Amino acid sequence: MNFDELIGQFGQHTVNGLSKGAIYALIALGYTLVYGVLRLINFAHSEVFMVGTFAVFGTWTAMGLQNNPPLGTAIIALVVGLIVGAVASGGTALAIERVAYRPLRKKNAPPLVFLITAIGVSLVLVEVFGVLLPKLFGDSGFTMSTLFSRPRQLLGMPTVLEHKNLFTIGDTSVTNVQAIVFVSAMLMMFALDRFINKTRYGRGVRAVAQNPETAALMGVNQERVIMLIFVLGGAMAGAAALLWNMRFGVTQNTIGFVLGLKAFTAAVLGGIGNLRGALVGGLFLGLVEVYGATLFSSQWEDVIAFVVLVVVLMFRPTGLLGESLGRARA
Amino acid sequence: MFAAAGCQDSGGGNTGSTAAAGCGGKIAIFGAFTGDNAGLVIPSLNGAKLAIKQHNAANADCQITLQEFDTQGDAAQATPIASQVAGDPSFLGVIGGHFSGESDATMPVYEAAGLAMVSPSATRTDLTAKGNKSFFRVVGNDGTQAGAVSTYLKSQNAAKVFMIDDGSAYGAGITAELEKNLGTSLAGKDKIQEKQAQFDATISKIKAAQADFVFYGGYTREAAPLVRQMRAAGVQAKFVGPDGLYDPAFPQGAQSGAEGAIITCPCLPAAKAGGTFSADYEKEYKIAPGSYGAEGFDGAMIYIDAFKAGKKSRADILAFVKAYDKQGVSKYIKFAENGDVDPTKVVIWSYQVKGTTFEPLQELKLS
Repeated sequence: MNFDELIGQFGQHTVNGLSKGAIYALIALGYTLVYGVLRLINFAHSEVFMVGTFAVFGTWTAMGLQNNPPLGTAIIALVVGLIVGAVASGGTALAIERVAYRPLRKKNAPPLVFLITAIGVSLVLVEVFGVLLPKLFGDSGFTMSTLFSRPRQLLGMPTVLEHKNLFTIGDTSVTNVQAIVFVSAMLMMFALDRFINKTRYGRGVRAVAQNPETAALMGVNQERVIMLIFVLGGAMAGAAALLWNMRFGVTQNTIGFVLGLKAFTAAVLGGIGNLRGALVGGLFLGLVEVYGATLFSSQWEDVIAFVVLVVVLMFRPTGLLGESLGRARA
Repeated sequence: MFAAAGCQDSGGGNTGSTAAAGCGGKIAIFGAFTGDNAGLVIPSLNGAKLAIKQHNAANADCQITLQEFDTQGDAAQATPIASQVAGDPSFLGVIGGHFSGESDATMPVYEAAGLAMVSPSATRTDLTAKGNKSFFRVVGNDGTQAGAVSTYLKSQNAAKVFMIDDGSAYGAGITAELEKNLGTSLAGKDKIQEKQAQFDATISKIKAAQADFVFYGGYTREAAPLVRQMRAAGVQAKFVGPDGLYDPAFPQGAQSGAEGAIITCPCLPAAKAGGTFSADYEKEYKIAPGSYGAEGFDGAMIYIDAFKAGKKSRADILAFVKAYDKQGVSKYIKFAENGDVDPTKVVIWSYQVKGTTFEPLQELKLS
């Protein structure tokens, strides 16, 4: 138990935890949107994120990006990366919906079948990126083939933004990258929240979440709503992938597994099906993990995260903010 | 290949652990040929393949088959493979495991089947302290390596060393060995988990300890992001790691973060390996042999010599390996009673990361 370290550096740990939690929250949105509308836990969402990291990495490779490029190049790399990442992840999520879930929905398959399908899709994507693509393109000699030159291994990509101290308050320093991660994640979540709560499409989503039959009677196209939430969740995961690549600069075919699990935990913690819950849950989980890892050791990080989840669910079984996407419009 | 297949056919009718009539036979090699840490193991696989290829080309009447089994470095995947190999009487010997965890998990299976194991790279000290009768390694152990690391740190006047390990059989083992030698220069320590990707908490601890050296016991998968995030967070402490990081994926994954990192390895720089090994390897694979290429070659050579000497059963081959006494390309190979290679023949080198390559620095004297 290292209380001195936790208290002495409390501000720093809080900053670290928030920038960690912001990425969890962005990924958690995908789980929560799909669950809110379909009551389906889309375990393949972690691989939607993984595809995003590869797409962004591929874009940067195609651009011939080097370590610490000039600011102009870095901004272009980030903007193009954001677009490509969001499109690739959104597209993957949509493809999963069309190929795997829609046929099941047409047959009214029981929920367990969806769950198993989700896990199956997840494994397929992991192995496609870990083994199949390396086999096909590993030594084809294109610039992009460096992405697949090492089957199942960790890949490093260039540092887009050099980590620099942005400002310091007391002992607490905030780097430019941490600030960008946190602020842009907040902006995207704010925009999504507005979209769901204020627009016509968003009203459709909330209507289907509350009561699919009545929504259909009122003229809401349910299939279109479902496609919309997969694309939105996927695009958020793509944005998270860009932030991840910018902050950590590594990816791998299995990168989504642990992150996906954490993001799912964050969604449940905040109240799955509830957008603001995903935000609260993600930030809370990021903080708990960093504080816990400081108090004990990093080895205990996951244990602490899940113990906290269990304790919270004991007292608030529907999560911190409650479950419903439909009713969450405070 | 055809000759090898013919060999097997003629042996198929035999019972027990005898295989092909005449010279030749089949051996297995297992290790992480794909996965997080494959870069560390591939050179050894290539070295072994090279030895077998050279032998088969020169001896048409004595063909040896080498069958690969990919474990991804995971003990849980290595165990069913061990049962499969042990249960197939046509296998007469095993090269592997390449990691300590998978070796530890499979040693009892191979021992029960009377199959010799020759490991090119499993270094955890206590693997040879368990009284296993069929495990041999052509590489120094982590006790020796930790001694060399501590000699290195002393030579650099390291005053504050921060130690991190990944809790694995190998990483925790070598870190514990090093801790025994460090004394007062140990400034702090932390344990991380395998597959972890974010290290903020660990980095804060390093900063708080004001460490001038960071030692990381573990593999590339976690070390690359760790060192990268350390540098991004402004930690200037020198990064030191053991042979688990002697893997091209380490500088690649860490990008510029790994620049100047020191890696120790009980493996020889390619240019120092004996005979024409280094040149042959480069010709075959268009790349210099990395970690344990020479050790993999030696592992295969032991079996090749056994077949040449007319050994045809698992028991005979095990006895042959035990009594092996010959100059290899990596070092002089002669096993002690417990299966360790003669400690006086072990050499440990330090390497420094430059760009994406490992440059040999110096041979580390054992403490």
